[in-house]
Amino acid sequence: MSVLVYAESSEGKFKKIAFEAVSYGKKVAEQLGTTISVVTINADNTSILSDYGAEKIIKINDEKLNTFNAKAYADVVKQVAAKENANVVIIDSSNNGLYLAPLLAVNLEAGYASNVVEAPSSTSPFTVKRKAFSNKAFNNTEIKTDKKVIGLAKNSFGLVENKSSATEEDFSPNLDDADFNVKSTSVDKAKGQITIADADIVVSGGRGLKGPENWGMVEELADILGAATACSKPVSDLGWRPHSEHVGQTGKPVASNLYIAIGISGAIQHLAGINSSKVKVVINTDPEAPFFKAADYGIVGDAFEVVPKLIEKLKEFKAQNA
Amino acid sequence: MKILVCISHVPDTTSKINFTDGDSKFDTNGVQFVINPYDEFVLTRAMWFKEKQGASVTVVNVGNPSTEPTLRKALAIGADEAIRVNAEATDGYFVAKQLAEVAKNGDFDLVLAGRESIDYNGGMVPGMLAGILDFNFINACIGLEVDDNKATAIREIDGGKETLSTNLPLVVGGQKGIVEEKDLRIPNMRGIMMARKKPLNVIEPISFEATTTSKSFEKPEAKGAVKLVDADNVGELVDLLHNEAKVI
Repeated sequence: MSVLVYAESSEGKFKKIAFEAVSYGKKVAEQLGTTISVVTINADNTSILSDYGAEKIIKINDEKLNTFNAKAYADVVKQVAAKENANVVIIDSSNNGLYLAPLLAVNLEAGYASNVVEAPSSTSPFTVKRKAFSNKAFNNTEIKTDKKVIGLAKNSFGLVENKSSATEEDFSPNLDDADFNVKSTSVDKAKGQITIADADIVVSGGRGLKGPENWGMVEELADILGAATACSKPVSDLGWRPHSEHVGQTGKPVASNLYIAIGISGAIQHLAGINSSKVKVVINTDPEAPFFKAADYGIVGDAFEVVPKLIEKLKEFKAQNA
Repeated sequence: MKILVCISHVPDTTSKINFTDGDSKFDTNGVQFVINPYDEFVLTRAMWFKEKQGASVTVVNVGNPSTEPTLRKALAIGADEAIRVNAEATDGYFVAKQLAEVAKNGDFDLVLAGRESIDYNGGMVPGMLAGILDFNFINACIGLEVDDNKATAIREIDGGKETLSTNLPLVVGGQKGIVEEKDLRIPNMRGIMMARKKPLNVIEPISFEATTTSKSFEKPEAKGAVKLVDADNVGELVDLLHNEAKVI
């Protein structure tokens, strides 16, 4: 029996969520009184995983796996799980993690709980807390099967440093042609921009900004904070900003540390998408805007006056804290 | 092409979320149920295939009789027939097993489902369905074309999109983008009248024990009141974010 974590990497580098998944795996292994193995696919600098508690690192290097492929990756993780006799497998909640986890669960005939936000409240019966109803509630779920797949919600457990000395070994999985029936023909990724999924801070604009020509100050604010930019649904529907920036119920979910909403009134569908963010700031002229009920900090005022002042103050702050 | 669209019956987005029986059950009192918004996108895409390329569209749901109005709405939008698997949708694996049985018995070659449902947000049914059926699978799909046996799809990835090609049979977990919100269909009177005459078949579930059990629900802790900062004193916000919230 052991705990296995899939540590996701992109172009050889681990994502922050990989370290969060390992931190979580270490905790679960402690609760179960067992060991934690971590599987990596075409990743460099794997020893860094031992900073978060990895005890055994299983490295797979195979150029057929250079591009993410859900079925192939699910088969690989299954083979490693069998080798490690793992009965709990932890997968992150990136787009790729959400793609491979259900396939893996079927491969392992494992009960799968996704959107898990905390370490198990009990390991016998194995009970985890997961988000439900678009972040309006939590559901305590018991996984009844011997093998278990846990999908860890992003930014829910956090990074826990837990230095260990890890052993490393290489593993060559058996890959079948059928694993590659879905072929990637092109990838179109915004270069140099921080994505909403990876950002610790998100700065978002709504219809209150009156037009796409006014987005300069949103971008400037995001730039100072090292943040990603986002927008409300009406803004993407109007074509002021791309659909990929639309945050909300049917748009992108945001689980950042800080979410700054400018000129967004806070429709329930928008709030459903940002509820997982830790600290919410709202800037709006209307003191009755529903967003003020969901926010931690607020400024009632005109964005065109407040945001430039905020940019100026943040510049001063950065100069002092550089 | 035979298309199966999986429909989840979910509380409307604006519903108040409450629980009963010692917080063990969702309180349906006064709650309006709708077609899961993600499923509405894929249903609309199925209609497009039906009208432009010729396809039959069957909608399916796993649920008790209370879900039938949602299936009737899908028929009114234009699906040809509906199937209800007569069982409580207890967990994702159970639902996927039931849907796989329907897909297999009906020889469907394209199975469409929303990426996730807005009640349990599990996001597990489409992938599990593909795994059980051993069909090809594309998740978070924001564009789909099918030409004979070949499918070209676009899926969302973190920070961009990826174009994929594969063959039928195929399961797709779709979201906004597979069609745009402005293209979603609203049932018209003719559709509603016709839906009454379309078949809604009820079948019994296959035996499969759920892999997970919902034990209880809880709501997030009540949030304190917003801390307002004067618009003339923006520096205070920077101070609060640094010293109090510790996020910058």
